Amino acid sequence: MKIQNTNSIIIGYKKRQKRYVFVAIILFVIVLCLASIMMIYGNTIYSPSTVFRVVMGENIKGATFTIRTLRLPRMLAAILCGFAFGLAGNTFQTLLGNPLASPDIIGISSGASTAAVFGILILGLDGSTVSIMAVVAGLLVSGLIYLLAQGSGFSNGRLILTGIGMQAFLNAVLSWMLLKASEYDVSSALHWLSGSLNGVRLESIARLSIVVLGAGLAILLLNRHLTILQLGDAYAQTLGVRVHITRLLLILLSLLMLAFATSVTGPLSSVAFLSGPIASKISGGGRSNMITSACIGAILVLAADLVGQFCLPARYPAGIITGILGAPYLLFLLLRMNRKGE
Amino acid sequence: MRNKKLVIVILGSITCLCICMLLSVAYGVKSVGIRDVWEAILGVDSDKFEVNIVAARIPRTIFGVLGGAALAVSGALMQSITRNPIADPSILGVNTGASLFVVCGMAFFHISTGNQYIWLAFIGASVTSLFVYGLASAGHGGVTPIKLAMSGAAAATALQALVNTIMLPNSQVMDQFRFWQVGSISGADWNDIRLMIPYLIIGFVISFSLASSLNTLALGDDAATGLGMNVTYVRALAAFAGVLLCASTTALAGPIGFVGLMVPHLMRLLLGPDMRKILPLSAVGGSCILILADVAGRILGRPGELESGIVTALAGAPVFIFIIRKVKVRAL
Repeated sequence: MKIQNTNSIIIGYKKRQKRYVFVAIILFVIVLCLASIMMIYGNTIYSPSTVFRVVMGENIKGATFTIRTLRLPRMLAAILCGFAFGLAGNTFQTLLGNPLASPDIIGISSGASTAAVFGILILGLDGSTVSIMAVVAGLLVSGLIYLLAQGSGFSNGRLILTGIGMQAFLNAVLSWMLLKASEYDVSSALHWLSGSLNGVRLESIARLSIVVLGAGLAILLLNRHLTILQLGDAYAQTLGVRVHITRLLLILLSLLMLAFATSVTGPLSSVAFLSGPIASKISGGGRSNMITSACIGAILVLAADLVGQFCLPARYPAGIITGILGAPYLLFLLLRMNRKGE
Repeated sequence: MRNKKLVIVILGSITCLCICMLLSVAYGVKSVGIRDVWEAILGVDSDKFEVNIVAARIPRTIFGVLGGAALAVSGALMQSITRNPIADPSILGVNTGASLFVVCGMAFFHISTGNQYIWLAFIGASVTSLFVYGLASAGHGGVTPIKLAMSGAAAATALQALVNTIMLPNSQVMDQFRFWQVGSISGADWNDIRLMIPYLIIGFVISFSLASSLNTLALGDDAATGLGMNVTYVRALAAFAGVLLCASTTALAGPIGFVGLMVPHLMRLLLGPDMRKILPLSAVGGSCILILADVAGRILGRPGELESGIVTALAGAPVFIFIIRKVKVRAL
């Protein structure tokens, strides 16, 4: 009897594993499809072979500039930032055990974007320095939130509330700088408040890809510990996980990715928040769904940018589209969570 | 002993208010002397440049007094009826709701008069507050601070996305709204004051007459019902007054956050939980804070001005975090 039980558990596990791999592959194919649509489609439509040849380094008159300077960085930024937001959001949600605890809701993204705006508008810096500032500020702000939330013992609820307060503060600072800056214009404000892929340059992609791939890989390696951490601190400790270090490492890695991605595109609202839950809907719960949520993040950003550019009467930045997607889901989620009485 | 403390607090806050008002009319891009201020207040007919400056600043100061009082009382009411320490129009997403309706009005119905703003903001604020409260009270366990704050933050995010969508393709609306979105009392004139006074009077009268009922409500719904009070009625009326006060200020000045959060807490710290004292003194304190924020904005934003909504958020967010730290983990 007992052996049969174990068998069925193993069979179930294998089934779920198969499904997970299957889903991950399909999602990856969708990412590739969307990415190629993004390269091909636009004001001028190029044939796939032209795109391929340009990407491979050939010079084709009339196509090289559009594809290599405009579309390629945009596409890469969309994929990388989507990966980053999806992974980091999912890590936070899993770690804090609350689907609402994604970085854009608890005020971590605003730390990075405030620093980026400060660097660009007030100090007049460019590219790499701004990224570093965004990273440092993101780390500092989240460290501060973590410290402030530390009363008698760690409480997820207090962490989230402190994050909300911090976000209000940082948004005020952000508006202050945007109003004071001499070159204030509304489009740049919206860029930093909601995020867009406009004006991404190839130089920033290199840094972004190193960070996203490196940190992403590290998070995937830590994934097993994260799954155990979900059981609660006490169980995790008994099972041999170093609770504090693992948590700190996971938070730091996610923040690193978030801050770099934010310094390139601004805080693409709701991507970090949506990816995790969608991934667990598609590929089944009970695991941390890292790869699938990264893919979902990339799909969301790519699709939002395509929709924002070509499907609507006016051109919207990607952040607005993802924000609209996120809003109803956020409310639905809240209602369901409260019903359940979590 | 307690009476003495009350007297001190009353005198202190009124003195504070007077000083703030003086500062507000005297200090600015062009500072003027006290004597010119007196001349302007006493209405001495003068061609002097300084006197005219002060006369031009007076409506702004009065608007600050009224708006601050309204926001603080509204915050006190909301904290009392939700029995929740962090209830505030900005945390509950009520301001964003008002924004959404005003933007819709600007974009689709081309409204431009203050009275229309007030009504739209009022409708938006009421709908949003009902919605947020309903969202937070779903499920068992009732309305806890964390549920309320999460619902508010979520609703604010959702509504902000809608606001952006409506605003972005509409450059004229964007221009009009951009200045409204960051709360500020700098544009206030006598017309605005005349416009908001009736609404404020209704709001203040309702809330002050409810003060002792709110004290009873603080005992808990069951005890209050047992003492013969109609709980639903009191709560609905207080919510109406709170939303009216907050919405009429928001409609004219734009969203100004955290005044309603900071002031009632300070007063409760000084005076204890009696709403009969807290409500009127919160009104005085709220006026002080908003005017101070306005003056501070003029100093910090030199050579221009910093909107008071930004200043109150800068000062209020740390207070919010402090309050969260004080609340017991269990209550979260």
